[in-house]
Amino acid sequence: MENNDKLILGGHEFNSRFILGSGKYSLKLIEAAVKYAGAEMITLAVRRTNSKENENILDYIPKGVTLLPNTSGARNADEAVRIARLARELGCGDFVKIEIMRDSKYLLPDNQETVRATEILAKEGFIVMPYMYPDLNTARDLVNAGAASVMPLASPIGSNKGLATKDFIQILIDEIELPIIVDAGIGRPSQACEAMEMGAAAVMSNTALATAGDIPVMAEAFRQAVEAGRKAYLAGPGRVISRGASASDPLTGFLHD
Amino acid sequence: MVKINGKSLGYDGKTISDILELMGENKSRIAVELNEEIVPKSGYDEVTVKDGDIMEVVQFVGGG
Repeated sequence: MENNDKLILGGHEFNSRFILGSGKYSLKLIEAAVKYAGAEMITLAVRRTNSKENENILDYIPKGVTLLPNTSGARNADEAVRIARLARELGCGDFVKIEIMRDSKYLLPDNQETVRATEILAKEGFIVMPYMYPDLNTARDLVNAGAASVMPLASPIGSNKGLATKDFIQILIDEIELPIIVDAGIGRPSQACEAMEMGAAAVMSNTALATAGDIPVMAEAFRQAVEAGRKAYLAGPGRVISRGASASDPLTGFLHD
Repeated sequence: MVKINGKSLGYDGKTISDILELMGENKSRIAVELNEEIVPKSGYDEVTVKDGDIMEVVQFVGGG
């Protein structure tokens, strides 16, 4: 069963359903984090070069891992398009995670500009994975704009607060045919597991690992949680009864018969 | 003067390749934008910058 359970994004197949962020921790820990997370996709940002730093993150990412550049820093669609084109020029594939924020306090994505950027970049042949505020109408617009997945936020970026938008993510999972990848705010493996049980196609996390005491061990915990949640989803979770109880043991056959 | 990554420098007339060398950049790890247009790597030896140009040199860094 599991070998056939692939995540497909823009025609590319992935066995792993955990997308790793690479921000806010030492480059030297990236290889271990990728390995323990079992990650096949890692996000990156695009920034001006800094002559004081000679190290390049690409030297620390294991071969075979797909790079997912983001457009962080963009405040509108045009800036996101500009960053995406630069990312592609860096020569590491056609994937792009659109991230457009006007608001620097809560870092909430601008859904409208995100749809606009998705449309432009999909037409240019990018495999577009837009980060968005979980809204069904926007998700439908993103599908029409040519997105390869939809990435709703669980809670504000970097907050580790978990599935604050749970009910709305569930609506996207139920109504949108594209892979729904829960991004931002997932702070604990249990939350990643819950998102996968709900039917999310994948989970992306950065801060949960970057702020953990032991990054590789937390990476492994996330891998296990995502796998467990996926298995539970595929197995079909048992029903919930609203009142009373339902015995797990045979009620007859001993003592009171 | 040419504005490169936000700093004004007297590199007028130099090629992109010359500038990247002065900056100590590894060409395989960067992308270049001149006045908001990408310069493909094949153009680094030919394209020269002039007074008032704005050049950006970017690379990948860690991010979510």
